[in-house]
Amino acid sequence: MAGSTQWFAVRKALPRDRAMLLTVSSFLVPLLLWCLISYVPFIWHPKIEITDPGGVSWFKSGMLVDRQVFAEQLVESEQTGVLLPEGDRANPVYLPAPHEVGSAFYTAFTAEPKRKSEKWLHESLGHSITIIFWGFVLSSLVGVPIGILCGTYAAVSKLNEPFVEFFRYLPAPAFGALAVAILGIHDGPKIAIIFIGTFFQQVLIVANTTRKLDMALVEASLTLGAKKMQLLFRVVIPGILPDLFRDLRILLGWAWTYLIVAELIGTSSGITWFITQQARYKNFDNVFAAIIMIGIIGLFSDFILSQLGKRLFSWDKAQAKS
Amino acid sequence: MSMFELPSYLEQSDKVKTRFDKLKARETILEVKGLGKTFDSAQGTLTALKDISFKTHRREFVCVIGPSGCGKSTLIRMLAGLETPTSGEVLLDGKPVFEPGPDRGMVFQGYTLFPWLTVKRNVMFGLEMSGHSKSTAEGEAMDWIGLVGLDKFADAYPSELSGGMKQRVAIARALANKPRILLMDEPFGALDAQTRGKMQANLLEIWRNIDITVLFITHDLDEAIYLADRILVLKAHPGKVNELIEVSVPRPRNFEQAISPEFLATKKRLENLIHTPAADEPGLSMVRMVRVGDDVEDGNGSAMTSEVD
Repeated sequence: MAGSTQWFAVRKALPRDRAMLLTVSSFLVPLLLWCLISYVPFIWHPKIEITDPGGVSWFKSGMLVDRQVFAEQLVESEQTGVLLPEGDRANPVYLPAPHEVGSAFYTAFTAEPKRKSEKWLHESLGHSITIIFWGFVLSSLVGVPIGILCGTYAAVSKLNEPFVEFFRYLPAPAFGALAVAILGIHDGPKIAIIFIGTFFQQVLIVANTTRKLDMALVEASLTLGAKKMQLLFRVVIPGILPDLFRDLRILLGWAWTYLIVAELIGTSSGITWFITQQARYKNFDNVFAAIIMIGIIGLFSDFILSQLGKRLFSWDKAQAKS
Repeated sequence: MSMFELPSYLEQSDKVKTRFDKLKARETILEVKGLGKTFDSAQGTLTALKDISFKTHRREFVCVIGPSGCGKSTLIRMLAGLETPTSGEVLLDGKPVFEPGPDRGMVFQGYTLFPWLTVKRNVMFGLEMSGHSKSTAEGEAMDWIGLVGLDKFADAYPSELSGGMKQRVAIARALANKPRILLMDEPFGALDAQTRGKMQANLLEIWRNIDITVLFITHDLDEAIYLADRILVLKAHPGKVNELIEVSVPRPRNFEQAISPEFLATKKRLENLIHTPAADEPGLSMVRMVRVGDDVEDGNGSAMTSEVD
């Protein structure tokens, strides 16, 4: 049809309304599936929640049993002539309905910890963010300069990158026990895991980004009289800043993926402690709420950073699109 | 057999002759002596340039032309100090050149403005590198920006400029360093014909007004004749000097001269030098051509193309 844009045109932007529709759908579709499974009984609901145990001695009100088990007990009760048990179809305890998770977003914050020594949810979240922050900042303080030097000077690259390349294949959690032995059981080893998980990737990614700087810009600056350190500080670094910023945004996302492992090391803490604790109490609504919160924090911080990038690097066309 | 009678490209009016005499009497700015460059590749050693020698005098405008692959860019990169010659040497004011420096300004074909700096900061760059204070650099930069007519865009970023404007900034940026010679590597090659014409006129205007020697690489014959005092014609495989032509078109130049006898004579000479087809170049194959049922060409309705099947 004339004038209408195709849905699948290679590397072409969609019209605004369609782009918006798809963006909303990307969240709405999974939510809709979750609602279907939760609220429409005949789709899944593999359990029966007992409302009246009847004559079955081991049934209790509120208990969840397999549908097959319930059916067997029903038949047995009929044969023996005792009161028939009653119940409704239900989903397993580990799949709470959306509205339960939704309300947990609020109640999880207001629920008082079961023991004095335990932490409130906002304290746990705060602690997790602190761990990520220090792990990422320490890694960047060392990793970014080394990466830039590797990308700028072949000598630095040849000295560093082979080892870094080897080290990045070593799984960060493997250093957990070592980190505890060296840094104790509190925050030290957790920050160390985030650091190890981020640092080696960071050096290589930053080095590659630095190497991608257009050589013509370096040559132009040479013909304008730039020398040694001027080349590094006046051309290479300002030239890669927008790409470097983008790299750090992506790496920050990776740092989050190391969080759960890091927080299990030594004394369990932060959001991981909250999640494992709530799972132990079978408060799966809180578990889901906490997991989704991590996602929201990640998405939100990335949004803030991308806006900041647009501000800082208004001269860079690519930044405006990301 | 030529349809038109053209004078010899060597013929010069008295005015032009006097100008060349004066020009040759001026000091030598850049001297190239037996310059050669070979590249080692998997297929063996490739000679890009061989035994190039020439001189440019003060305030002279020299164009370098040649077929693609004759090493024009390699030549200018060696003059700039961005590549090391395998043999021979480049002398600037009699002193050998080893590395890039602000005494040889360069304008590249690709836009090499620093995208993170405004027009003004781009032009200030070289001055800041050589230790000028910010305020001096700013004042001088604004003068150069004025000279290329971009005062209004001093605070714009390169991404906001058109291709022609970007190259004007690049020229201002190179000139701000007060170089002895301005090296230009097909600077207008990526521009559309109209913008290119304007840029050529601008460049001549600037060149007339300041003390600068220009070495300009192009593959456009008209551009070379319009701009140059002398044209260095290279030939390929390996790149060697074919001929150094004195352009007999009088100055000041204008675009109407493109149909003057001197211009056409020079152009014809250049064409003969450059467009002689190499023996190993394959001709167009007509085998797959399809008959075109068109009676325009011969007027009697038969096909235009006979080499079919």
